[in-house]
Amino acid sequence: MAKLLIYGGHIIDPVQGMDTIGDLLVKDDKIAAIGAAAVKKDTAGADIILDASGLTVCPGFIDLHCHLRQPGFEDAETIATGTLAAARGGFTTVCCMPNTQPPLDTKATVDYVRQVADSEGYVRVLPVGCITKGRKGVELVEMDELTKAGVIAFSDDGEPVASPRIMRLAMEYIRRLGLPVIDHCEDKDLSHDGVMNEGWVSARLGLKGIPAAAEEITVARDISLAALTGSRLHIAHVSTRGSVELIRHAKKKGIPITTEVTPHHLLLTEERVMGTDPDDHLSFYDTSAKVNPPLRTRDDISALIRGIKDGTIDAIATDHAPHTLVDKLCEFNIAAFGISGLETAFGCLMSLVHREEIDLTTLISLLTWRPAKVVGTRYGELGTLKPGCPADVTIFDPNREWVVDSRTFASKGKNTPFEGQLLRGKVMATISRGKIVYCDEVLKVRTK
Amino acid sequence: MRSAERGIQTTISESLPPLSTALWHHHHVLDLDDFTREEIEVVMDIADVMSEILQREVKRVPTLRGRTVVTMFYEPSTRTRASFELAAKSLSADTVSLDATRSSVAKGESLLDTLLTIQALGADIIVMRHQHSGAPYIAARHVKASIINAGDGWHAHPSQALLDIYTIRKHLGDLKDRKIAIIGDIMHSRVARSNIWGMTTMGAKVVLCGPPTLLSPGLKEFIAHCRPGQVTIETELENAIRDADVVMPLRLQIERQQSGLLPSLREYVQLYQINEEKLSIAKPHALVMHPGPMNEGIEISAGVARGAQSVIEEQVNNGVAVRMALLYLVAGGRGG
Repeated sequence: MAKLLIYGGHIIDPVQGMDTIGDLLVKDDKIAAIGAAAVKKDTAGADIILDASGLTVCPGFIDLHCHLRQPGFEDAETIATGTLAAARGGFTTVCCMPNTQPPLDTKATVDYVRQVADSEGYVRVLPVGCITKGRKGVELVEMDELTKAGVIAFSDDGEPVASPRIMRLAMEYIRRLGLPVIDHCEDKDLSHDGVMNEGWVSARLGLKGIPAAAEEITVARDISLAALTGSRLHIAHVSTRGSVELIRHAKKKGIPITTEVTPHHLLLTEERVMGTDPDDHLSFYDTSAKVNPPLRTRDDISALIRGIKDGTIDAIATDHAPHTLVDKLCEFNIAAFGISGLETAFGCLMSLVHREEIDLTTLISLLTWRPAKVVGTRYGELGTLKPGCPADVTIFDPNREWVVDSRTFASKGKNTPFEGQLLRGKVMATISRGKIVYCDEVLKVRTK
Repeated sequence: MRSAERGIQTTISESLPPLSTALWHHHHVLDLDDFTREEIEVVMDIADVMSEILQREVKRVPTLRGRTVVTMFYEPSTRTRASFELAAKSLSADTVSLDATRSSVAKGESLLDTLLTIQALGADIIVMRHQHSGAPYIAARHVKASIINAGDGWHAHPSQALLDIYTIRKHLGDLKDRKIAIIGDIMHSRVARSNIWGMTTMGAKVVLCGPPTLLSPGLKEFIAHCRPGQVTIETELENAIRDADVVMPLRLQIERQQSGLLPSLREYVQLYQINEEKLSIAKPHALVMHPGPMNEGIEISAGVARGAQSVIEEQVNNGVAVRMALLYLVAGGRGG
């Protein structure tokens, strides 16, 4: 029996109401003991001892939305590189979207992802299945079989189901399975090949805009369908004030809806498309800031922060979308949408804590037990350090400064709008199912 | 023969007067959004000299001898391309013309690869037309050559705006407080966007007018951010051209109607065409300009296009001189 002792850390586990200096003992892949004194007696027996003094210890982060690109786009990311990136970012569970090639619309592809994840993955991978075959929005996938194969939700992600009728049928059919539909809310007829937020920057740069309404129309539709069907609905990467208001209203009415927001939508505005220095016109049309939904406005950001504070927003998800260099090093209109976000998420989010826009416990909740509620308990009780639960632990230094350098990313996707940015707050170690899957070199680890 | 040629060029060389370029700070010409009034005036002054050269019997000076100017057009173009090539030849530059609509580009070569190839071939100046907004910015980030944007997507067409300003100055002197009405498809117009920057920098009051579906979403906010008080947005043609000093209808592409932006060309013509009757609302001697190519009978009536107030052909003529000035300036204002 392998024992891992993490001692002297500042343990924060919102589920247990714990916010204290203490120790954590892991036996094999489960949390064995936690607390200020209970663990010390066992110290002598530990195989690995990790000194967490000065650091914060919390449940492993859960990412409800990422793209691992395998099968089909292994030049952009693989399950191995993507899950190592997750480990470096403090994520112990990632939910991978089904827009692979072939897409995750059959048991065979879901089995493939789970098998590769078991043999090559660094952290737990929970697949999301397609809603419709080939993500074409026409015929439902075999949802029962996919559920048995292990998917935790259904989504056509970047190709959202356009037909309200098919969406209604999907939600009706899913209800008996108890899983949520995750929707990337975009009315493609309205967004109509837009490449960034519709607003003053798109007008200035001569780029086609995506209006906030393209998202909000679909959020409103989905809320109506959730009310109609009673099925669980999870709105992916919410980005506008209007969406937050619609979701807040729906929650008040008791509609079973949850939602997530990305770090980049909380931190960056549409102006990032013009680069980081407004006087440097050569940095205009920065494709690292091309993402869907697009980066919005300051007003949207303040609505998202408020949505976090009042509980409307349930989770922070990265929407990690790695791309190859050639997919981004091209004309803005034809560049791929997406940001490689797993490795910068926590450092970026800590800037909100340091600026006192959200508190640390809220941030941890949005990264742990609250997304765990969306995932459910089929894979154990995630998002807490209660004894007996899976030993998924993230250890971070809330004040350690580091500079984003995509060359050091584990992810194959170097596409980040945070390149060169100084961040304060760094993941120092990640334990997934009892194993140390990432550990910063400065951390003191003793092995027996 | 050779010595005779040299003899002529020496004479011409001596006749190019010293030109003041101290106020010029651009390696590239991507848009007019970062041009000062003084820089625009430098272009105007040098264009005057170039214009004089173009009126000579031998329209050529050796100023850019040994320099290579590559024109790289990803979109079909007649006047802009010919204008730049004539400008480069008049300055004795070597010119290479790359039709990117049918070359390695058509075989799938990326923009950056094409640019690096052209750089390796020794281009000093790349004149670039591209269907995507911002494409010249990629070029400027990655190659050492000077990039002159000859039109990118819906974004910018700085040499056109400069020749528009040049033409207006020839007729009206200063642009200060002049009312300039730009009419039509503002949303898709790189000419309108560059003119917003250039004309307001020169002190003009610009009015943008068109049907609501052809005014960019976000246009009002763009103006509020970047040129507050200097640009107004109008949907009623009469308001836009009343007392205008310059009336500039833009080309209306027929596809705009097909993609649902307009109910019919007929209604567009009724509401926004510049004809004799509408033109009478503007100031008596208002200039009529058009960046071309025109759809006569759509955005402009044939009578107005060819009428006494039209300076459309003159714009084309001035274009060569203005582009010579730009080539001269980005080349460092020196001979080769």
